[in-house]
Amino acid sequence: MSKREISLQVNGHPVEAVVEPNMSLLELLRTEAGAPEVKLGCGEGVCGTCTVLLDGEPVSSCLVFAVQAEGHEVTTVRGLAGDGEELHPLQRSFLEHAGSQCGFCTPGMLLTAKWYLDGHPTAGREELRAALAGNLCRCTGYTKILDAVEAYRDLEVVHVD
Amino acid sequence: MYSAPFEYLRASSWEEAVAQLERGDEDAHVLAGGQSLVPMMMLGLAAPTLLVDVGGAGERTIERRNGSLVLSALARHVDVEHSDVVRDACPMLTEAVKHIGNVRVRHRGTIGGSLAHAEATAELATVAVAQRATVHVLGPRGARTVPAAELFVTHLTSSLEPAEVINAVEFPLAGGPRRGSSFLEMARRAGDFAMVEVAATVSLDDAGRCDDVRLVVGAVADRPADVSDAAQALIGGPPGQPAVAELARAVAEQVEIGPSSHASVEYRREMVAVLVARAVQTATTRAES
Repeated sequence: MSKREISLQVNGHPVEAVVEPNMSLLELLRTEAGAPEVKLGCGEGVCGTCTVLLDGEPVSSCLVFAVQAEGHEVTTVRGLAGDGEELHPLQRSFLEHAGSQCGFCTPGMLLTAKWYLDGHPTAGREELRAALAGNLCRCTGYTKILDAVEAYRDLEVVHVD
Repeated sequence: MYSAPFEYLRASSWEEAVAQLERGDEDAHVLAGGQSLVPMMMLGLAAPTLLVDVGGAGERTIERRNGSLVLSALARHVDVEHSDVVRDACPMLTEAVKHIGNVRVRHRGTIGGSLAHAEATAELATVAVAQRATVHVLGPRGARTVPAAELFVTHLTSSLEPAEVINAVEFPLAGGPRRGSSFLEMARRAGDFAMVEVAATVSLDDAGRCDDVRLVVGAVADRPADVSDAAQALIGGPPGQPAVAELARAVAEQVEIGPSSHASVEYRREMVAVLVARAVQTATTRAES
């Protein structure tokens, strides 16, 4: 099978790689692109641990082939707060509200919640539950995750005002 | 996780996609949003030798044209979900796409891809049959149209010929101001495969009597079941009780229900009756308002 040369942006940095067509974007990110914060969970698009933003929209990176990301922009959880050491306010909110236990689902939760609140800054709890329904967590029971997301939303609304 | 290896080609037009598929062998496959095909590849349930990526073959358009709602095959579920044109012209479609997968599936998955995949529990299949949609197909022998009811053959099997691609789908807009629709689905949890789907449209005359009705039950057999003939019992009267309850019971008894690992046939038959009654009532209430 013929390899292809691809280039894409990951958290604002250029990445170039030569890939087999059957390499997933997830695999590319975890190996060649130095982004092991993207987690492999189910590998079939159900659990949400491999969520990244592709051109700003949430996708399962396990269901996108690396060749399909050619020329596109990927944001992983490390891209949330930029290159600094500071955590993003949503990450701090997860810490403060114990929204993360084992942490495996957290990157996907953070990216999905951030993406949704960017577009719907006043979303209520039910709406947030629906937006996050595709991200599974086996530790928290979701209550503390939603508490964390709502607390961040309220911060953001204050900023917007 | 890796799927089996395959060759990958990008098509910059539908014509090019057809030509590329023709050059492949019988296991050549279209790649659209990849939200159904790619999981199957990752699980080893599908192993295409060639993927023709049609993502760049056309635009993601949604428009009203000559009394129809026309969606390009590349329109994604999220485009439909947030389209004012769709909400106004075909609210059943807006209601149905919210049930598809999760936000990630809806961002990548396409209308044409879902229809071509012919998954027996797909929301779009049930709506397409209920709305008498027409699927526009391009293939080695040129363009043709296929009524949605003739597209779905059985589980994961459509009537598309080798190297044929869906490039658009057209929903005719039925007239009449007093028309309402409803799409309901039962699943074990958000985003899971549906166990029962019901799509209903009800049209009322000036006196509040039913003058047209469409009713389709999905996700219970190998393809959507059009039970509109049974629903003709509502014509000529106001669609209230006991007529709706009798219809719901009749449909539940007549519809073929395949096995499921999630619930018994008897339970799903009972749920068909419940959802048919609710969908017809909701569609009627919407037609009245």
